[in-house]
Amino acid sequence: MTGQGAFRRALLDPAAAVPAGLVGPGGGPAARRFAVYRNNVAVGLTEALEAAFPILRRIVGDDFFRAMAGVFLRAHPPQSPCLADYGAAMPEFLAGFPPVAHLGYLPDVARLENALRRAYHAADAAPLAPGDLPAPADLAAARVTLAPAVCVIRSAAPLFGIWRFNTRADAPMPGTGPEDVLVTRPGFDPHVDLLPPGGAAFVEALDRGATLAAAAAAQGPAQDPAPTIALLLARGAITALHRADGGPALHDSAEARRNP
Amino acid sequence: MSQSSATLAAAGAIAAAFAAHFAAPAGAQEMEKCYGVALAGQNDCAAGPGTTCAGTSKVDYQGNAWKLVPAGTCLTMELPGGRTGALEPLDRDLPG
Repeated sequence: MTGQGAFRRALLDPAAAVPAGLVGPGGGPAARRFAVYRNNVAVGLTEALEAAFPILRRIVGDDFFRAMAGVFLRAHPPQSPCLADYGAAMPEFLAGFPPVAHLGYLPDVARLENALRRAYHAADAAPLAPGDLPAPADLAAARVTLAPAVCVIRSAAPLFGIWRFNTRADAPMPGTGPEDVLVTRPGFDPHVDLLPPGGAAFVEALDRGATLAAAAAAQGPAQDPAPTIALLLARGAITALHRADGGPALHDSAEARRNP
Repeated sequence: MSQSSATLAAAGAIAAAFAAHFAAPAGAQEMEKCYGVALAGQNDCAAGPGTTCAGTSKVDYQGNAWKLVPAGTCLTMELPGGRTGALEPLDRDLPG
C-alpha cells in the first residue's frame, strides 16, 4: 500500500517516482499508467482554470495561460472538493509570478473573475420591494443589508474598461485612469458596473454596517451618494433597510434577510 | 457648508435617490427563457468549472442553450449569419 500523502505529492510532481506499491499487470511498477493519471489530473485542473478565468486567458493567450496554469495548479492544488471554487488564490499568484510582473492589472482582473463566479453561486436575495419609504431623516440613519452576491473591487487600473474590452464586441479601448467596479447579480446572471467616484468607499462602509449618512460621509464631502444608491437599487443589491436603533426593519423583503 | 447642513444635504440626496428608484414605472423588465440564440460556449451560465453547464453548448445556436433576454425580444432577435467578429485580442504587452 502507498500513503495518500505520497500519492498526492507524486501526482503534482512530474519528476517524482511512481508511488511505491503501484504495480502493473506484469507485477512491475505501473509507471506509464501512473503517468496517464498524473497527466489527467493536471489537464483537468487546467481546464477548470480556463473555465474560471476566461478574460485572463484571453489577455495572455491560450498557450501562455495553459503553461501558467501548470505552474499555478502545482503551487495551489485544490483545497476543497468543490471544483467550482478552484482558483481563489489566482490574484495573489499573479502578483508574485515574474512573467506577468509587467501586467500589473492582471491580479485585479482575477479578483473580478473570482467575484463574478462567487456572485453566480451566491444565495438568492429578493431586492427591496416597492412601497412607502420612511421620512428622509430616518432613511439617512438606516443601515442596509446588501445581497450576498455584492462585491466591490478597487483597482488602480481601468478595470471596468479592461473587462468591457474583453467581453463586448464593440467596446472601446480601456482608458488609463483607476476604475472601481461593483459586482451584483440581479436575477440569475452576474453583472459588472463602473462605480462612480467615492462609490467603493460608500458600498464598503454600508457592508461594514454604517448608516447611509455615515457611508455618504465616508466617500468624502464632495461626493454625491445618489448615483451609487441608484446603482445599488437598480441592481437589486439592497435587500433590506434597518433602523439605526436596531428596531424592526423599516422595509424588508423578508425571505431574503441575511442578518436576523 | 457647516457640518449639520452637509449632513442635511446628504440626507436629502439619499432620500431623493430612493424616491427616484421607487417612482420609476414598472421596475425591472420581465425576463424570459429564450432558446437557440446563444453562441457556442457563450450561453448564460457563469457557473465556472466543475459544473455541467458552463460553456457546454458546442454548436452555435444550439437549440437547448438558452439565454435570458428581455421579455418580448426573443422572437425578433436577429441572428448573425456567421460568427460575429471576434474581439481583437490585446496584442500589446503580451508576455514574451
